[in-house]
Amino acid sequence: MNRLSSAFGKPRPALVCFLTAGDGDTAANLDALVEGGADVIELGMPFTDPMADGPAIQNANIRALGKGTTTADVFAIASAFRARHPDVPLVLMGYANPMVRRGPEWFADQCRAAGVDGVICVDIPPEEDEALGPALRAAGIAPIRLATPTTDEKRLPQVIAGSEGFLYYVSVAGITGKQQAAQGSIEDAVAILKSATDLPVAVGFGVRTPEQAGAIARVADSVVVGSALVELVGEHGADAPRHVRELTASLADAVHSAAKGAA
Amino acid sequence: MNDPLPNSFRQMPDSRGHFGEFGGRYVAETLMPLVLDLEREYRAAQADPAFKAQFDDLLEHYVGRPSPLYFAERLTEAVGGAQIWFKRDELNHTGAHKINNCIGQILLAIRMGKTRIIAETGAGQHGVATATVCARFGLPCVVFMGAEDVRRQSPNVFRMKLLGAEVRPVTSGRGTLKDAMNEALRDWVANVADTFYIIGTAAGPHPYPELVRDFQSVIGKEARQQMQDRIGRLPDLLVAAIGGGSNALGLFHPFLDDADVRMLGVEAAGHGLDGNEHAASLLGGFPGVLHGNRTYLLQDEDGQITEGHSISAGLDYPGIGPEHAWLKDTGRVEYTAVTDEEALEAFQLLCRTEGIIPALEPSHAIAAVAKRAKEMDKDSVILANLCGRGDKDIFTVAERLGVEI
Repeated sequence: MNRLSSAFGKPRPALVCFLTAGDGDTAANLDALVEGGADVIELGMPFTDPMADGPAIQNANIRALGKGTTTADVFAIASAFRARHPDVPLVLMGYANPMVRRGPEWFADQCRAAGVDGVICVDIPPEEDEALGPALRAAGIAPIRLATPTTDEKRLPQVIAGSEGFLYYVSVAGITGKQQAAQGSIEDAVAILKSATDLPVAVGFGVRTPEQAGAIARVADSVVVGSALVELVGEHGADAPRHVRELTASLADAVHSAAKGAA
Repeated sequence: MNDPLPNSFRQMPDSRGHFGEFGGRYVAETLMPLVLDLEREYRAAQADPAFKAQFDDLLEHYVGRPSPLYFAERLTEAVGGAQIWFKRDELNHTGAHKINNCIGQILLAIRMGKTRIIAETGAGQHGVATATVCARFGLPCVVFMGAEDVRRQSPNVFRMKLLGAEVRPVTSGRGTLKDAMNEALRDWVANVADTFYIIGTAAGPHPYPELVRDFQSVIGKEARQQMQDRIGRLPDLLVAAIGGGSNALGLFHPFLDDADVRMLGVEAAGHGLDGNEHAASLLGGFPGVLHGNRTYLLQDEDGQITEGHSISAGLDYPGIGPEHAWLKDTGRVEYTAVTDEEALEAFQLLCRTEGIIPALEPSHAIAAVAKRAKEMDKDSVILANLCGRGDKDIFTVAERLGVEI
């Protein structure tokens, strides 16, 4: 059983936590996520043009690139994390261009060597899967697809068909950050997704508080939190790990204590 | 269905929006259904004679088409060599070719029942053209413009406001055209139900590169007929400036299968191709993925996008339309680059020889024309696209020439 399926195979919902690689003391902050109880780590690859991200993650990208963070640095962070945490699933999230720059096979090989379990690429929809998907699958890395409020039922099978690891439901038509989806709309969407796939469904975008996370965890397999954590890194600098650990712990409490399928 | 013509350069893109290895639909899943809707609606519009009739009518009576074909006699004499002709798209309403595309896209937006228009702009020409058609059709319009460009192009900002558009300065990233495009995409993804994004050049996710090219092809279709009428043959060489590449494709596309017509696209070499201060994506960039398509990009070895530089704000975008990337790799179109200095000289040359103040974008084309004309005999014919007028650029030019106005 691979790391992702173990994390999602537990009887309780899973918490996925996002941070941007190269922003702040990334290693210490990633450790804080694990200590706080995160089940899956989503590590953002910084990009100059993060089109799907709101101000919090845009700024994290700028901070990381401003410090000179390279693709090699991202993989070094991932490798070191894997050495420290052999069992915690790690997925990379980012945009197509840095991923395909040296060729998809190169990227997939680097992922495998660094112990990365899956890849979320924002701007490669199923229609362009060949740009990266086959290389990832050949290397045993899960291509994790996104479903959104605009993904209609006709289109959904195509999205699911190439997806591995888990299905990421983007709960708002919009960018990452503060805009929140109504709980009712999330429940409806997750029900449709669950009836269409056996993949675990993780819900993200606009999830900031333990209350929200707990409510979503009652209907979904997993909850993703990003911007709220990234803001702590931007705000607290060297002191960030403590804050990151605290927020993660309260999120994890809320998510883990929600009984799956209770709603 | 007809089989595709063998050896035709006019059959692209394929059904998935690819021009060879370029183009495509590299967008977030949220936008994917919209992009598919747009394609469906565009196919329906193409098959609808009423759509074409309305487009043609607006181009004739609102934009002022056909634009003249003009023999630049004194410029030809001054340069010495081939005859130099211009397609006068700077005489269009709003002063550039951009309006052709905006008319087509707003008609599509209305067909699709969209009630709000967004656009990105660099120098402000596409923003002005978009604000213009929005005023004409009574739709609210938001134009995203890099904060740095808002400062540099204040007359165009005021024009857009006069036309009723809201100009939103973009401070994310470095506040230039690519950041404005990022912000427009962020707005679109958050307003998918009611908003139509009018993209200003032949780039972005399929079907934008195709439909922008088609709307701009009126330039080349007219020019082809006008050349036949005036001199009884086609030109030997077509020349056009390239930022994203829509005016060049508009001129080139109807001629692509005329084997005897050579074509030259002119990128902005800024301070020179040997440094990083240029905007020549084809000559100085590498293939990659940005803003919905695979194309040549200015980028570093990690795939981070670098900023273009050009004296012309309309050319300093770090990408290029995917069809140009394909035309370059197939060898059908030749590409060259012209520096800020050369463009500035050509700008002044045209002012003094022809009494036409060109925009800095076509000044790049004029500089390349002057070089090529010298190497060609007097019976040869060069046709260049004069895609914009220079009123907007006189402040930049004055500054570069050290003149206070």
